[in-house]
Amino acid sequence: MEVLKIATAGSVDDGKSTLIGRLLYDTKSLTDDKLEAIEHSSKKKGYDYLDFSLATDGLVAEREQGITIDVAHIYFSTKTRSYIIADTPGHVEYTRNMVTGASTSQVAIILIDARRGVIEQTYRHFFINNLLRIKSVIVAVNKMDLVNFSEERYNEIKADFEKLVEKSDYEDQNITYIPVSALKGDNVVDKSDAMPWFGGQTLLEYLEKLDTVNIYNRGKMRFPVQYVIRPKTEEFHDFRGYAGKVYGGDINVGDEVVVLPSETRTKVKEIYFNDKKYQSAARRSSISITLENNVNVSRGDMIVKAKELPRIEKAFTATVSWMDGRPLLPGSKYTLQHGVNKVIAKVSAINHKIHPDFSGVENDVSSLNMNDIASVSFQLNKPIFFDAFKEHRTNGSFILIDQQTNNTAGVGFIE
Amino acid sequence: MTEKLLINALENEAIYIFREVAAQFEKPVLLFSGGKDSITLVRLAQKAFYPAKIPFPLMHIDTGHNFPETIEFRDKLVAELGLELIVRNVQDSIDQGKVKEESGRYSSRNVLQTTTLLDAIEEFKFDACIGGARRDEEKARAKERIFSVRDDFGQWDEKNQRPELFDMLNGQIQLGQNVRVFPISNWTELDVWTYIENEDLEIPSIYFAHKRDIFMRDGLIWSASEHVFKDDEEEVEERMVRFRTVGDMSCTAAVDSYAATIREVVAEIRDSSISERGARIDDKRSEAAMEKRKQQGYF
Repeated sequence: MEVLKIATAGSVDDGKSTLIGRLLYDTKSLTDDKLEAIEHSSKKKGYDYLDFSLATDGLVAEREQGITIDVAHIYFSTKTRSYIIADTPGHVEYTRNMVTGASTSQVAIILIDARRGVIEQTYRHFFINNLLRIKSVIVAVNKMDLVNFSEERYNEIKADFEKLVEKSDYEDQNITYIPVSALKGDNVVDKSDAMPWFGGQTLLEYLEKLDTVNIYNRGKMRFPVQYVIRPKTEEFHDFRGYAGKVYGGDINVGDEVVVLPSETRTKVKEIYFNDKKYQSAARRSSISITLENNVNVSRGDMIVKAKELPRIEKAFTATVSWMDGRPLLPGSKYTLQHGVNKVIAKVSAINHKIHPDFSGVENDVSSLNMNDIASVSFQLNKPIFFDAFKEHRTNGSFILIDQQTNNTAGVGFIE
Repeated sequence: MTEKLLINALENEAIYIFREVAAQFEKPVLLFSGGKDSITLVRLAQKAFYPAKIPFPLMHIDTGHNFPETIEFRDKLVAELGLELIVRNVQDSIDQGKVKEESGRYSSRNVLQTTTLLDAIEEFKFDACIGGARRDEEKARAKERIFSVRDDFGQWDEKNQRPELFDMLNGQIQLGQNVRVFPISNWTELDVWTYIENEDLEIPSIYFAHKRDIFMRDGLIWSASEHVFKDDEEEVEERMVRFRTVGDMSCTAAVDSYAATIREVVAEIRDSSISERGARIDDKRSEAAMEKRKQQGYF
């Protein structure tokens, strides 16, 4: 079954949880006992409608405050495909969660309250989807019922958002606008009777038809070695399988490859998935391969095609999204995890802070705090094998691990 | 040799996670309950490391109130695959006075197993415990990470979880901490069943419809057994039922069913309108039940 991962972004009260609840309800994904719990809870609160937001708001603290504060995952499926929604909160202080949710998603939904239109928060939501290179963005103009399903209001908001899009440097991005009422169910799963002027697809129709294969700009084939399989049994006495996940392009038996960092040239001998051998494997496959020559390969090494070498460098600049309570300071050291490879990185400079609303940069920055986004230069103790993030979503990103607390303190997108 | 490999996104993600565990930790263990989720995990682990053996043991925390069919199945699977199995018993924790047996109408050993589990983690110095929890099971689980760090007391701090970006899993921990790993986090109940069908995996017989002595309570079907508290006025009858999960007898209710094969079970789940945990009595205790238990170290 195909899986489509969706990130959602909206400000407090934009009705994000209601939209998700509506999707679940109209696709018949809510089971009787869950529906019963929602009805019970809605009645207890004195609502005369079903409070779908209760279908998604997880933790006790959140239920008390009535807002979602972390990334929650919600599942539903149709006959076409399975969907996973990363429900991420929209307020200013939670940039960290939005970046996290967007990093594993293939498509993003940005919610706008039709009464309030494009606001500062919308800028931030769009900025983050841009930073993460989400190719398909859906702008859902919600609460259309509260503006009398006005076409004029919808067009105003659309024009405002289009102005925002002009600020973006991501030309391949596809932006789709849909007027919805999550509460009443207009244009979420079913077409709206109240908005006959809208000729586009409903939200679900759009999601169902989205091409999941070409959803990202493809990069070159990268095979980071996760684990070396050495069975040491009689049957497989000399077997050395290199286990890993394929990124970017396809890998084929007979491909001329280079093992990094040793730069040894060899050929792909076999491709295994479980106990079967294949001629070729596509990106996202978790396979293991054997090589023609007896080369020394270990975890963290990368196998690439001979004519498609990545950058092999010890210093680079990246856009960093900081996620930790302990600030990032120039000169400090972190464990840098690039895919499955770990090195030590020193912050050589914070070049400037980037305002996450397209309003420019701030120079002379002495530290980064949680939720800051900045251009940072690093020096490594040994080279890594990478591509620019804009060319390769997986091989151009890394995380920074605090060496004292072991927390994942930030994420970087290599320039 | 077959042409091009066609992938199942969820299966490939799980295999990737298993390999990260084997590479990043010194003493991982796979928590095995004999249920469909842990059977699926074993299959995925086999695929992740073929042609080598699964490079870590299985561990079963036995409450002593398991369905006998599950235990029989567990021992058979372990023998067939040549796996190492560790069993630790809740009864021992009770005998040692570490936990006290619950009594009364809703008594269960489900909560007690947390102590036995934490003791076993300490005894073997496990640094990663692989489990079959899925985010679709329950609201608190929806926020669980794939690598979830637990402190010395096995506690989960849901407010302070590590962000997980792209594919990158950060398994760095301090001495005494351990990580709970959930390779099938993103699977739904139907995904698991479909996988079992496609892979032709064997599962314990109680998952299929069978005749059983049962009694009704709170609209749920209970197995009549010495391990389940029953009032005198609660009448026992024989009925065709099956189980959707294989927790303890004391906290797992059955559903009416005639599904005798995997295919029929999958069809039934597809049409079903009660969620899986709707038949788990332990969650009904309170809306926030699962979150509270998780903070205390429950799996």
